[in-house]
Amino acid sequence: MTTLPAPPAADAAANGQHGHGGHNLTGFVLFLCSESLIFLAFFAGYITFKLSSPVWLPPGVEGLELRGPLLYSVVLVSSSLVIVLAERALHQRRLVAFRCWWALTMLMGAVFLYGQASEWLQLPFALGSGVFGGCFYLLTGFHGLHVLTGIVLMALMLWRSFRPGNYDGGEAGVASVALFWHFVDVIWVVLFLLIYVWR
Amino acid sequence: MSPTIPFDPRVLRAPHPVPGAPDNWRRFFSFNTDAKVIGIQYIAVSLFFLLVGGLLAMIMRGELLTPPADLVDPTVYNGLYTMHGTVMLFLFLFPVLNGFNNLLIPPMIGAPDMAFPRLNAAAFWLFPVFGVILMLSFLVPGGPSGSGWWAYPPVSTQNPLGHFINGQFLWILAVALSGVSSIMGAVNFCTTIIRMRAPGMGWFRMPIFCWTALAAQAIQLCGLPVLTAGAVMLLFDLSFGTSFFRPEGGGDPMLYQHFFWFYSHPAVYVMVLPIFGVFSEVFPVYARKPLFGYHVVAIASFAITFLSLIVWVHHMFYSGTPQWMRNVFMVTTMLIAVPTGIKVFAWLGTLWRGKLRLTTPMLFCLGGLFNFIFAGITGIMLATVPVDIHVGNTYFVVGHFHTVIFSTITYGVFAAIYHWFPKFTGRMTYEGLGQLHFVLTFLGSQLNFLPMHWAGLMGMPRRVASYDPEFAGANVLASLGAFLLGVATLPFLINIVSSWARGAKAPANPWQAIGLEWLLPSPPPAENFGEHVPVVIAGPYGYGLGRDLVEDQESVVQRSLQEA
Repeated sequence: MTTLPAPPAADAAANGQHGHGGHNLTGFVLFLCSESLIFLAFFAGYITFKLSSPVWLPPGVEGLELRGPLLYSVVLVSSSLVIVLAERALHQRRLVAFRCWWALTMLMGAVFLYGQASEWLQLPFALGSGVFGGCFYLLTGFHGLHVLTGIVLMALMLWRSFRPGNYDGGEAGVASVALFWHFVDVIWVVLFLLIYVWR
Repeated sequence: MSPTIPFDPRVLRAPHPVPGAPDNWRRFFSFNTDAKVIGIQYIAVSLFFLLVGGLLAMIMRGELLTPPADLVDPTVYNGLYTMHGTVMLFLFLFPVLNGFNNLLIPPMIGAPDMAFPRLNAAAFWLFPVFGVILMLSFLVPGGPSGSGWWAYPPVSTQNPLGHFINGQFLWILAVALSGVSSIMGAVNFCTTIIRMRAPGMGWFRMPIFCWTALAAQAIQLCGLPVLTAGAVMLLFDLSFGTSFFRPEGGGDPMLYQHFFWFYSHPAVYVMVLPIFGVFSEVFPVYARKPLFGYHVVAIASFAITFLSLIVWVHHMFYSGTPQWMRNVFMVTTMLIAVPTGIKVFAWLGTLWRGKLRLTTPMLFCLGGLFNFIFAGITGIMLATVPVDIHVGNTYFVVGHFHTVIFSTITYGVFAAIYHWFPKFTGRMTYEGLGQLHFVLTFLGSQLNFLPMHWAGLMGMPRRVASYDPEFAGANVLASLGAFLLGVATLPFLINIVSSWARGAKAPANPWQAIGLEWLLPSPPPAENFGEHVPVVIAGPYGYGLGRDLVEDQESVVQRSLQEA
């Protein structure tokens, strides 16, 4: 990844006993594995409902509009590339570039949330409109909550980047948030295929 | 008889911990991040809820003394068994085992504390919060949830009084918060075991308790999210008008059962695996022999973890499950008896020709093992589809379940408390009271749970307040047993409270046990080994092998003696 020598604290973290950065990343990966199972459970429920329900779409609903959601999906998924650039900039100790890429990722996440909110307001069905309505709002809403959480966590990391010496002990916080963001994006791809593409 | 130390009330007011006294009790009421404080907090609060759950059970057994519903009316009875099950599982067993994890894992692997001390304290403080939320459901209009601890829809999606905050709502909230707390704990315990072991302690030099704790917490990480997903959907159905599980709105109540049991069957292994760990720690100490088949016992823990995740449908054999699914899950359920049986034989092999010392922890482990073999056999019976369809929803299931949950797991909890009490309080318990506790508990649990099997085979349905008079004999016996179990709690409580206040001072290693935690003074200092983490040079359970556990063991022991 980089030609610069690793900061000394990273060595301690690799040894495990003293550096807490390594613990943080291990703990966070375990948490993400666990969190992904909530989504897997929701997906399993969705597939079961979709395959077994005799009437799927609520009366008067033809299907979901694809163009708008596709647009903001592209924005969300490409933000995964932007956050990689941010991480690389931090690794090379270019703090200003890190903050720019990082803020751009946050902006793209916000655009996604805006797109989703405006879609919700236009839809002709509600949470109580049969199993379909419940599944749609529960899944997209639960995912949207994760996007919001991601943006809040990124804001926290952005604020921390202004504190001197914050990255001397490694970048576990930034790495964890970036991992979370990739996770949110992957979940969205599956969710998009299940809800919008699978007719 | 060991002499008691004259009790000096000044130690209660001492600003700094005084080894061996119930010192500085205020720290137990604070946001303390020391795993040993959190461990005792967990155990103390969960024992309070054991009493609450036990009281509910005794009211139920009082009701069942006579065939008609005369002591409480059937609606109250529904609330009682719902709350009894929920309290015992979510407010007693999970937290008490988290307490042992907190106390035992760091010293056993030579770590100073958990990986995330603040997360640990936050996870603990959620526990009184969801405990209070669940108890509040006794006060809301309509009373507590009456849909059982499994909360099956469509019963659990009913809200006849129309209040937004009702018993079922509070039940879901409490269970969800309990899940959040358990996930926080699971992340913490797994990270600690994976990353913070002492130098030289490879995976196969780890005590079995740590293996089983890791295996159990892995189940929490895999299973709890699925229960959470189901609980969220149930909450939406109950409170926000969706119809995921409402058949009249096109929903599927069976899906909830899948979500629920995907977690709640493995949850039994979350509870029993650490107790397997306790058995594996206690038997070698009091038989003075190495644990038989250490490697196999360690690996069998993870075999149980894996298998436990693919057996859940055996709870739904009579719920309209397709025949092929019944067959598949019958086989997987029976397969789980293989790693479990391996462990049972390993413990028997450990006991075989050992120099047995029948102390209180050993008695509880022997009693627990005896009951567990019985429960294992009835478990295989229940895994068989034809038997299960015959006895499903009868007292046979209740008898089987309580023989596991009480007569095995709770025995293990008592054994662990008696075994490690001197280590973490610095005081010895009274052996006579402990043995009295064991005798009363053993008699009480046989009298309580054996007649349930019989009544169940005769066809007595569970979850009902009134029953046919032909079952009266079995029910009178069971109720007497339940009251005996209530009495049995008294010597236990007297023992731990008075021992902690003024019991004899405990040496560092009262049982001549082998393990890192026994190299520390009693009670261990805040950071355990601190800067002087010993280098582990041998596997655990080296009884009778005449080898050292750590490098330069003599000076490690000397240092701990000086600190004490």
